[in-house]
Amino acid sequence: MTTLTLSALCQQLLVGLSKATILFIVSSGLSLVLGVLRIPNIFHGSLYMIGAFMAYTVAVAVGGSAGFWVALVAAPVGVAAVSFVIERVLLSRLYEREHLMLLLFTFSVALVLGDLVKMVWGADYRSLSPPALFQGAFDVFGFPFPRYNLFLLGVGPLVAAGLWRLTDRTTIGQIAKAAAVDREMVGAVGINVSWVFAWVFIIGCFLAGLGGALVAPMQNITQGMDHSIIIEAFLIVIIGGLGNIWGALLGAVIFGLTDAVGILVWPQFAIVFPYVAVVTVLLFRPTGLLKSTW
Amino acid sequence: MTKKSILRHPPLYIALAFILLLCLPLMLSRFYLYLLALIFVTGLLATSLNLVLGFGGMYQFHHAVFYGVGAYAFALMLTESGLPAWNAYLAAPIVAGIVGLIMGLICIRLSKLYFGMLQISLGSLVWAIIFRWYSFTGGDDGIHGCYVNGIDSTTNIYYFTLVTVGVCLFIMHRIVRSPFGRVFQAIRDNPERSAAVGVNVMAHQLVGLVIAAVFAGFAGALFVTVEGSAFPDLLFWTLSLEILIMCLLGGWFTFLGPMLGAAIILSLRTVVGIYTEYWTMVLGIVMMLLILFLPEGILGYIGKRREGPVAAERTEP
Repeated sequence: MTTLTLSALCQQLLVGLSKATILFIVSSGLSLVLGVLRIPNIFHGSLYMIGAFMAYTVAVAVGGSAGFWVALVAAPVGVAAVSFVIERVLLSRLYEREHLMLLLFTFSVALVLGDLVKMVWGADYRSLSPPALFQGAFDVFGFPFPRYNLFLLGVGPLVAAGLWRLTDRTTIGQIAKAAAVDREMVGAVGINVSWVFAWVFIIGCFLAGLGGALVAPMQNITQGMDHSIIIEAFLIVIIGGLGNIWGALLGAVIFGLTDAVGILVWPQFAIVFPYVAVVTVLLFRPTGLLKSTW
Repeated sequence: MTKKSILRHPPLYIALAFILLLCLPLMLSRFYLYLLALIFVTGLLATSLNLVLGFGGMYQFHHAVFYGVGAYAFALMLTESGLPAWNAYLAAPIVAGIVGLIMGLICIRLSKLYFGMLQISLGSLVWAIIFRWYSFTGGDDGIHGCYVNGIDSTTNIYYFTLVTVGVCLFIMHRIVRSPFGRVFQAIRDNPERSAAVGVNVMAHQLVGLVIAAVFAGFAGALFVTVEGSAFPDLLFWTLSLEILIMCLLGGWFTFLGPMLGAAIILSLRTVVGIYTEYWTMVLGIVMMLLILFLPEGILGYIGKRREGPVAAERTEP
């Protein structure tokens, strides 16, 4: 009996980790925008939803196994394009405003985007099957573990490594980090801060779109998926430390694992477990586990 | 200082408006009375939020929690306990106040954005529990059929909400003008200086938060009275942002601004709802324009025009 529960636990933890991958990708984008631009971006969740719907449309239009791979590139790029327009037309006028105003403004954008999605894709839910390569399941301790989740477990570290390279090893990453600390000074040495912000914002939103495209084969693509992800992403960013990419990784793992354990221990209240974990972390480390850039 | 003319006497206008509202059931249809009752309730909720947001300068991001908790406390007392209805009206603000106290004790040490974020996470926890606890709260179905004996016709509900909301607004106005309210606003304007002259900043903020939660809880009870049901959406985070929008729209340095904001948004929703199902898009666009061009709200803008450039300097809390 114990071996059975142990293997069930292992399987559930693996599923939790692969969910954490999606959460990490989405919340790292949010954290990047929060850390550098200081914008609590509520419509990050809407971009995730748009990414999922776009991935569906592209995958169906292209068809076959190639469809998924095309969608995996096209959807985040499409989302990045949408975010580019929003940033240049609207947000770039508001950088000097107070956080509360920015929060309400991005919420307004989220309301508009939510209805736009309803207009374009309708109120029905969609579902997408994983590419042929990742259909079916492996056998892990006698339990089936979907191949697609294994693929996600590989994607997570890849994105983390890419983000680390981007922020630590490239000029724009260095400039963005400097701008996060003192944007006047960066402007004073002759760098166009406005465009640095635009690039950081686009990269952050690209990650939201990527998260949406990756989650598309795992669950139904529906209206309202923006509401749940954005709260989760915010909590992950908060417990990790605002603006800290590794904090987002740590937070996502905590969130994914507590959720997985919750499903195993008390399915009815599984949804409560990650929130309890978040509150516990914040009680002892009010500004997050890792160092915040704020 | 010049002598105030009788025409510039605010209580006079408020008394006239109240008498007008008392006469309205004679000429309006049931639908409009229902809409007005809903506006009073939502306006009370927004005003209670503004107590901590506008007058306290605290980032109360998840105020709807207290509204929802009050609504559930009321609905459960009414349907499960078998006690007279006034017990339920008493229970709603008390339970909301207790939840406010607990959340306040946890959040109060943090500043600004962190305060708001921790509040959202705690609020989401409360939401998740209510959403899942089928045997007690009815889960995502909510609780239906909560009708109060004696307050059952639309006209009765209208009068009941008008009078109770009026009393609540009066009490809140007295609180804002009280010594406590003055200190509360001083903390908003300069917390360090307030602490330096011996004010216990956190204690004042905690008391303010509990007061706001109590009124929000009572607004929740009134909502159930009007609507006859309680459901988890009442404490979902999107509602919190919507009432923040109401405060912003009306003007959050003014006492009646949030009430005006609630009236505009609920009326707009009713009118827009006739023509299109995309109400939230209209709301979003209105909000974006407001933040871009009129960040101090309608009443704040009018006040600024009247008072001149001195008031104009203080545009954000």
